[in-house]
Amino acid sequence: MFDQIDLTKLIFGRLTWEAIPYHEPILIATFAAVVLGGIAMLAALTYFRLWGYLWREWFTSIDHKKIGIMYIILALVMLLRGFADAIMMRIQQAWAFGDSAGYLPPDHYDQIFTAHGVIMIFFVAMPLVTGIMNYVVPLQIGARDVAFPFLNNFSFWMTTSGAVLVMVSLFIGEFAKTGWLAYPPLAGIDKSPGVGVDYYIWALQIAGVGTLLSGVNLLVTIVKMRAPGMTMMKMPVFTWTALCTNVLIVAAFPVLTAVLAMLTLDRYLGTNFFTEDLGGNAMMYINLIWIWGHPEVYILILPAFGVFSEIVSTYSGKRLFGYASMVYATVVITVLSYLVWLHHFFTMGSGASVNSFFGITTMIISIPTGAKVFNWLFTMYRGRIRFDVPMLWTVGFMVTFVIGGMTGVLLAVPPADFVLHNSLFLIAHFHNVIIGGVLFGMLAAITYWFPKAFGFKLDPFWGKVSFWFWLTGFYFAFMPLYVLGLMGVTRRMSQFDDPSLQIWFQVAAFGAVLIAIGIAAFLIQLVVSFMRRESLRDETGDPWDGRTLEWSTSSPPPAYNFAFTPRVHDLDAWWQMKQHGYKRPESGFLPIHMPKNTGAGIILAGISTVLGFALIWHMWLLAGVSFLGLLVVAIGHTFNYNRDYHIPVEEVVRVEAERTRVLANHG
Amino acid sequence: MRGTLDYLQYSAMPILKLVRGLSLTAAVALLAGCDAVVMSPSGDVAAQQRDLIIWATVLMLLVIVPVIILTLLFAWRYRSSNKNATYKPDWDHSTVLELVIWGVPLLIIIALGAMTYVSTHKLDPYRPLDRIAPGQPVPADMEPLVVEVVSLDWKWLFFYPEQGIATVNELAAPVDRPIRFKITSSSTMNSFFIPALAGQIYAMAGMETKLHGVINEEGVYDGFSANYSGAGFSHMRFKFHGMSEADFEQWVTKVAAEGDTLDRDVYRELEQPSEREPVHYYAEVDPTLYDAILNLCVEPGTMCMKDMMMFGHSGHHGGHDGDKAGKEEGHDDHGDPATGHGHEQHQ
Repeated sequence: MFDQIDLTKLIFGRLTWEAIPYHEPILIATFAAVVLGGIAMLAALTYFRLWGYLWREWFTSIDHKKIGIMYIILALVMLLRGFADAIMMRIQQAWAFGDSAGYLPPDHYDQIFTAHGVIMIFFVAMPLVTGIMNYVVPLQIGARDVAFPFLNNFSFWMTTSGAVLVMVSLFIGEFAKTGWLAYPPLAGIDKSPGVGVDYYIWALQIAGVGTLLSGVNLLVTIVKMRAPGMTMMKMPVFTWTALCTNVLIVAAFPVLTAVLAMLTLDRYLGTNFFTEDLGGNAMMYINLIWIWGHPEVYILILPAFGVFSEIVSTYSGKRLFGYASMVYATVVITVLSYLVWLHHFFTMGSGASVNSFFGITTMIISIPTGAKVFNWLFTMYRGRIRFDVPMLWTVGFMVTFVIGGMTGVLLAVPPADFVLHNSLFLIAHFHNVIIGGVLFGMLAAITYWFPKAFGFKLDPFWGKVSFWFWLTGFYFAFMPLYVLGLMGVTRRMSQFDDPSLQIWFQVAAFGAVLIAIGIAAFLIQLVVSFMRRESLRDETGDPWDGRTLEWSTSSPPPAYNFAFTPRVHDLDAWWQMKQHGYKRPESGFLPIHMPKNTGAGIILAGISTVLGFALIWHMWLLAGVSFLGLLVVAIGHTFNYNRDYHIPVEEVVRVEAERTRVLANHG
Repeated sequence: MRGTLDYLQYSAMPILKLVRGLSLTAAVALLAGCDAVVMSPSGDVAAQQRDLIIWATVLMLLVIVPVIILTLLFAWRYRSSNKNATYKPDWDHSTVLELVIWGVPLLIIIALGAMTYVSTHKLDPYRPLDRIAPGQPVPADMEPLVVEVVSLDWKWLFFYPEQGIATVNELAAPVDRPIRFKITSSSTMNSFFIPALAGQIYAMAGMETKLHGVINEEGVYDGFSANYSGAGFSHMRFKFHGMSEADFEQWVTKVAAEGDTLDRDVYRELEQPSEREPVHYYAEVDPTLYDAILNLCVEPGTMCMKDMMMFGHSGHHGGHDGDKAGKEEGHDDHGDPATGHGHEQHQ
């Protein structure tokens, strides 16, 4: 019996030396750079004895502020990877005309556009949004942490685990060649027998656990942990959008999990959910994935709307115009986002009645969205607008986003979609709203809340350089794609015949270079700001003359956020406190009950990465062992009763006295 | 408040003029660029889709252009260095303005929604055409040309059931005669798209989608798959020839004269993945082949999907059980490709 079992296969599954893409010079060069950079970083961490610090203060931290910052670091790292993919595509498409096949064979090019989409949505946009919500929401509602602090740490590491698997696919094996939503039958085992789709599935499943749990966490936090006096209609708009986004996450992500699980069963066990025969139906996959996919779009954009609402009100020095209508608009968008998924495939041949229903529901979403734009507009009206960098992003967003909104409504008209679907017009549209909306919003948010998180502002010069290059780069990169779409050019092509198209692709590639400069300027901004941190220092905790509670505490806030839970009397709670001559309490402090750090999150996520890798490569032994390990650690963690502590009152007194001293010095 | 409204009124007039000017210029500029096939198509259906795009865009620009202008205007006027501008830090509500900012988009969406409802039904790709050009109804005695389309990895197979011919990667049709496409796929999902003729529709295995169109000008147009389907996707292209009636007859004769045989064995060979496939002509075409492809039973001994459906629905197995040869026969009995599809997908 036992001699029939192939030991190599049991241990290594389908992993062989062939899986290392040593015949791809681009990948080898990248691999070499990553290895060298990685070794240099590890050496530096060891040399400066930072391992203990990182482990104690960051990796095992359950402080929502540190987790939020780690999410954003993850997003920025993955942005570089996703953007590298983007610029490779732009070069290929500007080059591969007529007899020239460019420099990327379809096999490689198809992995790149799939990875670009997956990374930008799941590992850039999502961590940015989750990171900002994690950092800001508890501070805005006057809470000391999220509802489930350990879960928060675990969620972050699960997201990171998914990102690690995607990165591993670059050097061991391959990534999916299916497009970012992996439609069957192309993603089925017959058409995609390799490990690419399995990397896709397990990366998203593991990261999905993190996203779902962080959704539950923030939802409970907002519902249960608001400061006394903060009724629903006194919640800051950003918190409202975060609430709606997390409702969407909790309701939509299980659909993604289920549909990917069915695809997994098709691929691993030979079931027929999405095959062509035996009752399977690939259309069901396309419906289900968009039932997740469309709310996902609003999961990303709603928090960005919240960010712009905060920024436009703060920098206009004025109350937000039409708060109630802003809230209702957000809720209406949340509900409607579930009723529009079919507009992603009008061309599947649904009847005219079905198509027009989904077309019209889609258009209806533009009404509350339009109302929001007008509300920002009338917040600026009769304000005193300071054009700090976050406000520049906001104005750039308002002008850019409405164009993307317009082309989106155009695509919602089914007969128009029949000629524009899957074209570069569509690509231009969703980059218009995701870059012009989500990305601008998150970059604005980082600039806006950076002084809160680190105690010094970002250098405005490099921020402005970054903004202007991003903005003009965006127009150069994507306006040509609108034109190409009207010329009937479809997406995901790696080679072209018609030489008259080439100039447009070259302009788009130039735009991508401008965006690259914008990204570089953003990174330079971080370095320059760190070097100049003394002159950029924010001692007041309120550098922008803010309106909401996060600006009432110090920058950076103490571990416990607020020595006393604030009492809320107004929508713009901190503004109202300032107006009424609020005095910080300087005595009467009590010990503060706080959660304790734990390594369980990173350990569980680490084992999940191994499990995912084992499942991808059919290493059944390793899969079994790591699954068992996952259970043991998870159950073991439930016996950890040493999970909280009290910050002693002397410590609180010391921190608050220091703040009193700084404030007095300041002014 | 009064100021706001005056202001809006004051700014509305030139903006309206500007919208009209801009949209006309933009439309003309796009139309002039004759490469923009979506904006200057040669088929009546695509032309109606183009008109819809222009009208919808103009309608939306009515609100988009003022928003962009007001954004830039307010940003400039209320900059903090302009101490002359009014500053009202606590002004955050105006019922009239709220009505306007919800009402205006609502009105535009009502108009656009009505346009959408009507045009979606009128331009439903499944609906047989009732006109071949503006003001030109389809003559009573004119039957549409039927073409059965199969997407293969990575080429297109076209059956002409009435003419008894088939082609790979070349499509032809007479001008001003409606064309009825029936579309399926051998396995991977593709999207059948000739931008000059009409919109696209997915090609899916085991299912049939339909598309109606008419080409109004003679010429050679691009057709391709608009849905990514794997490594050979970029070259999954063909030429669509709009011809006069006489030229089309000649083309059919040519295909019939030059063509090879297309039976199930040849098809199984053809079905294998290949890239940049040259044009093939087929003269002797197995009349049941398209139906067999659609029902996933080209391989001898496989049960056709429509029979499987009946098998499932009828509850008693009858003659379909077990005997594979019998099934093949049973399939041939309703093998009329024009009418005999047991399974049509129109969800």
